[in-house]
Order: sequence, then C-alpha cells, then structure tokens
Amino acid sequence: MSAILRKIEPSSAAPAGEVRSGQVPQSGETDELLGQPLVLDDLHRSFGARKVLQGLSLDIPARQFVAVVGRSGVGKSTLMRLIVGLDQPTAGRVLIDGAPVTGLQKAVRLLFQDARLLPWQSVLSNVGIARMPGWKETARAALRDVGLEDRQNDWPAVLSGGQRQRVALARVLVGHPAVLLLDEPFGALDALTRSDMHALLERLWLRHRFTTLLITHDVAEAVALADRVVVVRDGRVTYDVTVDLPRPRRRVDPSAVALQSKILEQV
Amino acid sequence: MKRSWKDLKLDGLVPWLVPIAVVVLWEAAARSGFIEQRVLPAPSQVAVAFWDTAKSGALLHHVAISFNRALIGLAVGGGLGFVLGVLNGTSRHAELLLDSALQMFRNVPHLAVIPMVILWFGIDETAKIFLVAVGTLFPIYLNTFHGIRTVDRGLIEMARVNGLGPIAIFWRVVLPGAMPSVLVGLRYALGIMWLTLIVAETIAASSGIGYMTMNAREFLQTDVVVLGIIIYALLGKAADVATKLIEHRVLAWHPAYHADSNVTT
Repeated sequence: MSAILRKIEPSSAAPAGEVRSGQVPQSGETDELLGQPLVLDDLHRSFGARKVLQGLSLDIPARQFVAVVGRSGVGKSTLMRLIVGLDQPTAGRVLIDGAPVTGLQKAVRLLFQDARLLPWQSVLSNVGIARMPGWKETARAALRDVGLEDRQNDWPAVLSGGQRQRVALARVLVGHPAVLLLDEPFGALDALTRSDMHALLERLWLRHRFTTLLITHDVAEAVALADRVVVVRDGRVTYDVTVDLPRPRRRVDPSAVALQSKILEQV
Repeated sequence: MKRSWKDLKLDGLVPWLVPIAVVVLWEAAARSGFIEQRVLPAPSQVAVAFWDTAKSGALLHHVAISFNRALIGLAVGGGLGFVLGVLNGTSRHAELLLDSALQMFRNVPHLAVIPMVILWFGIDETAKIFLVAVGTLFPIYLNTFHGIRTVDRGLIEMARVNGLGPIAIFWRVVLPGAMPSVLVGLRYALGIMWLTLIVAETIAASSGIGYMTMNAREFLQTDVVVLGIIIYALLGKAADVATKLIEHRVLAWHPAYHADSNVTT
C-alpha cells in the first residue's frame, strides 16, 4: 500500500517542515520519490562488556538527508548494521515506515566504505547483482545515472577508486532503496574526486529522495550534503542541528563554515 | 610498453638457448665416446628409438594407456577432493565430522600403500587409477577448502545486503572467489598425478610408458628408457600448459591475467 502512496503522492504534499522551498526538485527531474520514514527508538548494542550504543534515538522523516558525525569508534558503523538488519540491537527498535526491522531489509541499501564489487564480474553484472527481471536494462540505466555507461563491460580491477564507488552507487540505485545508508563512502577518495561524488550524490538524492543517512567524520562533508546533522557521542545523539542552506551548496559559503565550527565543538 | 616485432622474436628464442646447448653438448659427448652408450644414449639414438616405436604403434599405445589412467585418476580423486573441499569449506558441521579424518589419511604417503593396492586390485587398471586418485585428492581438497574459507567476508555481506540467497551467494561469490586457490591445487595435483603414475607403472603394470621403459631396461635399451623419461616430461609440460590456459580463461578478471580488459556479460 505504501508503495502506491509513494508514487501518487505529489512532492508538495510531503510533511511540512521537511522540504524547504529552496530544495523542492523541479517536477521534470523527479522520477519517483522513494524515501520512507526511519525511526531509531532507544537503541542499545553491546559487545560483551563494551557498550557501543547506549540509548540512541533519532526520528528521521521520509526523504530527509541526515549526516551522522562522530569520532571513530562511537558505533556509527554498528548503527548502520542494525538498520540494514545485519545485526540485532541488544535493546530498542528500528522502525522503517512504521514497521520494526527484523532480518535483512529489502528497502534499505548500504553503500560501504570500500566499493565491494565482485572482481570476477563485469561492471554491468555487478550493478545488476540482484538479477531481477530485466536487470541488464535497469543496470545500464543506473550506470548512465552515475556517468559510467561506457565502462559496463570492464572488469572492476581496471577502474579507479572513484569509479568503483560510482559503480557501487549505481548498484544501490538499482535496488530502489527507501532508506539509503552511506558508511563513510568517500573517505578513501582524493579531494577532487570526493567533491565530484558529493555533487553526484546530491543530484541523485534530489531526484529519488531516498531517506538518507550519511555516516562521516568529515564535518564539511556533512554540512555540504545534509538537511540535518546529528552528533553521536558515548553511544547516543548529543547534538542535532538543521542545515538551512540553499542547494546546490558551495564549500566556501561563510554560513556553512560557521555551522561547521559549531558542529566541530560538539564532536 | 610497445615492443617491436624484432624484440618479441628474440624473446621467444631466448628460453630455448639452454636446452639446445645441452642437447648439442650431449650429442657431442656421446659421439666422441666421452659418455658410454650403455650409460646414456645420444639424442640422435633417442630420436631413432622414437621413430621406431612410433612406427610400430607401440609408443602411441603406451602413451594412450598412461594418459587414460592419469585422466581417470585425476577425475575421480580431484572430483572427490573438490566436493569434500566445498562441503567442509561451507559447513562447519561437515568440517568437524570429516576434516581430522582426512588430515590423518592425507599424512600417509600414498605410495606406501602400493603393496596393499596390489593385493587388493592386482596389477589391474583399478590399482593405478586408485593410486592416482588418492594422490590427487588431497592437494585439491586442501586448496578448495582454503580458497572457500578465505573468500572476502565483505563481499558475502554485500551480497546478503543486496538480497542474494545462500545458493546465489555460493555460485556467484564463494566459488569464483575460491577459484584461484582451486587452480593452484589442480597444478599441484597434476604434478603428483604423473609422479604416482610413473611409480605405479614401473612397479606393477603390463602396459603404459612406465612398463615400456622397465621392459626396455631388461634388454638394456637405454634409448627407449630415455625416450620414456622425455615422454613423461612432455606430458607434464602439456598438463601445465593446459592448466595455464584454464587459468587464463577462468581467472580472466584477475589483474594478474589481464590480457584484455573487456568482457562480455
């Protein structure tokens, strides 16, 4: 039922306060709005005596882009694994579109820190890894979206780091995720490639509007991409701020820089 | 990177220089009487022996029999080793049940059971095939097992997140990931295959290259003995070339085998 609702729901009917006027995509470039609300309800996760998440709660409306910032080891990746269903919380719940997460989630796709492409399959086969009916066409369209259509028959080994991550992004798009998780996806890339990837990700997000959770330790990246930045410390959310800057954003925007330093104080 | 045709031609020639020099020196030493013919016949005599046995059909007959034994033994032993490797690599229960027994069995030198094998099977085909199968089982078992266990966990996790079931994960992630290791096992197995066959045919056989050379020794036909050794060397080399071709085909994705970066899906 919700899938039908998502398709017929015009973008202007999105919950108030979630989409600001500056961000509403032009109706022509909106394919389908995929995002579903994601609720993290008092999540706890311990590994033996080590408590990684201690009552983390976060309420993310459908189609919002949230960046999670924190020092390494605060459980950001653990959080991702809980949301996608690779791991279960010790206590608390994850709700996607109101339904609690049990087992692997079809509606959630994860972009890993490393691209994780199968080296023995061509770029196209990697993108269409789920082999749904008509996967070649879908995969080709996704590769077109990330600008790598001409590399579809190459082995992943001959691609650069940025190109591999773009292939991984195309693989994510094919899954039509309602929730997109990005686990420090651009950390290993050089600065120029990273800013290209930011632009690409922003463009794709504006078009498909998956509810997006970006994990990063790069505050500038968080402010450049997200609607909202939350800081995680000691296993819970300690700071939550809305980034009310018009898109597309420029790195040198003085108000962005001011916001960055404000967030940095909290990390 | 672009090399001229002349360089390539020269590069193709260089590996042959040492073998050619050895043959020339050997021939000279044999003709001058420096090496007695009873000890080592001249290459030209070996060539004559080759011609004679080939003409009479005896050579082809023995080679075909040896080749047949080798392939059947490899198919049985290698196939069983592969299946056991896959089973124990993917299932902890199977590993617990079978692995320690296999390790015990593996540590028995398989040639040490030849007397038993002769008692069980006589000097029949089964005896030779059994020995080759036992010899080739373990290298393929061990490398398949190791290959499956060392497949990148991150790739399996990625496949799960993308909705692949256990069967799809096995065929598309685990098995291709284990392939480089399986092929290393195959190359080891081929070496052991010839070794086992030579010993088995030398001790108890009424046909095959090993029999042909042992028979020639009885009549002091050293040229035929040397011919048999050369045939074994050539068969070994052919097996190695065959595995290399398989590697290039199966591991075309591997950066070490990139002849051509394009593939068709």
